[in-house]
Amino acid sequence: MSSTLAHGASPSNSPAILSTRAMTKPPPSKRPRTGPMADRIFGWVAKGAALLTLGLLLAILASLTVSAWPAISKYGLSFLVNSTWDPVQEEFGGLVMIYGTVFTSFIALLIAVPVSFGIALFLTELSPAWLKRPLGTAVELLAAVPSIVYGMWGLLVFGPVLATYVQQPLQSLFADVPYLGAFVSGPPVGIGILSAGIILAIMIIPFISAVMRDVFEVTPPLLKESAYGLGATTWEVVSKVVLPYTKTGVIGGIMLGLGRAIGETMAVTFVIGNFNQLDSVSLFQAANSITSALANEFAEAGEGLHQASLMYLGLVLFFITFVILSLSKVLLLQLRKGEGEKT
Amino acid sequence: MSTSALHQARLAKFARRKRVNLLATTLALLAMGFGLFWLFWILWETIRLGFDGMALATLTQMTPPPNEEGGLANAIYGSFLMVLLATCVGTPVGVMAGIYLAEFDTKSWFASLTRFVNDILLSAPSIVVGLFVYAVVVSRFKSFSGYAGILALSLIVIPVVIRTTENMLQLVPAGLREAAYALGAPKWKVILSITLKAARSGVITGVLLAVARIAGETAPLLFTALSNQFWTSSLGEPMASLPVTIFKFAMSPYENWQKLAWAGVFLITVAVLGLNILARILTRNKI
Repeated sequence: MSSTLAHGASPSNSPAILSTRAMTKPPPSKRPRTGPMADRIFGWVAKGAALLTLGLLLAILASLTVSAWPAISKYGLSFLVNSTWDPVQEEFGGLVMIYGTVFTSFIALLIAVPVSFGIALFLTELSPAWLKRPLGTAVELLAAVPSIVYGMWGLLVFGPVLATYVQQPLQSLFADVPYLGAFVSGPPVGIGILSAGIILAIMIIPFISAVMRDVFEVTPPLLKESAYGLGATTWEVVSKVVLPYTKTGVIGGIMLGLGRAIGETMAVTFVIGNFNQLDSVSLFQAANSITSALANEFAEAGEGLHQASLMYLGLVLFFITFVILSLSKVLLLQLRKGEGEKT
Repeated sequence: MSTSALHQARLAKFARRKRVNLLATTLALLAMGFGLFWLFWILWETIRLGFDGMALATLTQMTPPPNEEGGLANAIYGSFLMVLLATCVGTPVGVMAGIYLAEFDTKSWFASLTRFVNDILLSAPSIVVGLFVYAVVVSRFKSFSGYAGILALSLIVIPVVIRTTENMLQLVPAGLREAAYALGAPKWKVILSITLKAARSGVITGVLLAVARIAGETAPLLFTALSNQFWTSSLGEPMASLPVTIFKFAMSPYENWQKLAWAGVFLITVAVLGLNILARILTRNKI
């Protein structure tokens, strides 16, 4: 028995050896109980690993706060509404980056939500059974493509296409229209808020549609079949039965996508243009986002206020995503709870 | 209202409902096409431009200065080394925490909190992990290093592995555990040689997915491992990695750098999609 214990499994060799040694000293009258001690050690290790995860979150928050402290104590919350970012004069405010992050994510959601809804609808209600799996896999693979691939494709392939076929026609069309003209002004290079928003949308479509598809499938078939039995069309079943039933889950999925969009770094950094000024409402204006400011400036920033301000931006980013992801999680959990009660 | 008028009104309403339905389903079909369109466009450009940049030199030579011949050998090696070591560091921690959540403590507030936090870490911005490692390692030791890069990547591995390990262990039937207990096996042995073994392919899938995730991660390496133009196998020095090199080269105006960046993107895409497909095949056959 002891020998099998000793080489039972490698990760907890030492507790097994310890306990076998302990039992060889006094000649055992009964069969020795090797379980509890090894069990306890194993349990501690497992609990330690779980604690480490919790600790990680606290450590991230703490270390970011400490590193950002010079900027926090100097600017306080006015950092969030100040749009000056001037490393030379050592004057920092995060409004430009926060505006870029929020605005690009908003554009991304505007495009991604309807498309993801359509994809989820297609996959759950319309697709023939033999197509479901390959199409689902294809959408999930789109989620697996590393963001740097999207970024490089956006900069070198998509940007020029957007400039030639969208921006220039729009500019010649709206050039003299008072307000719309300002929205499409700017050098036609295909870099800026709109490109970043579109690429973010492409990136989060798979996340949102995968969650939507999963929650749509949670709807009890009985409900759907009753509606079909009453003569409802596919669209009526989806809009009046499936959607009300899965509301919270759908919103949770959208929030998950939003969290991704806000935290996305590489895809945005390539195409947003990294321009720290806020003097135009144009969709084609080069701008900056929190993540791309960090990616571009952090390694070169000198110790001191510049770095602390970047850390402050990182803290703001972490806080925003934390809140959004928590909300998404709570909403998705609620759906699962309801599922248990109603069936 | 006469019966025929009523009939007419009903038919009109039915026709309208059918039209709305047709419109909605057509739009759904278009949305599906829209999603697939990007996938194929991106893959197509990656393959087309990536193949252009591929050559034997890409795999054997060091990253060149602008406008000179060269390859990506040091970046590929750096990526490989850091991903391998980060997986070795992150996997045991993730598996143990997953075991804790699935086998030791499934219902308490501590377990729920851990699960919640883990799900948030799973989709938290990876650049924040880079900032964290910079703050606790790089700024303390005053140097960018391969170790810092490994730490940053392993922190991304852990949540992915926890999630899949926990889910896969929960799929193991309780009867299997009870049978092992009834034979007198201690808990650690039941877990390691019965439940974990039964869930093996699922856990391996989780690790593969984690590898696929960190192989393409750029943001956490930018200010931890930084980059390096030369071959280095010393982890105490800044280390080149494929994603960071692609970032640097793609943003440059030099044509040979951009060409190499496309080759790098091609390599990463093939590796990541290959790992994902492998992971899928593994779970489909076993569970």
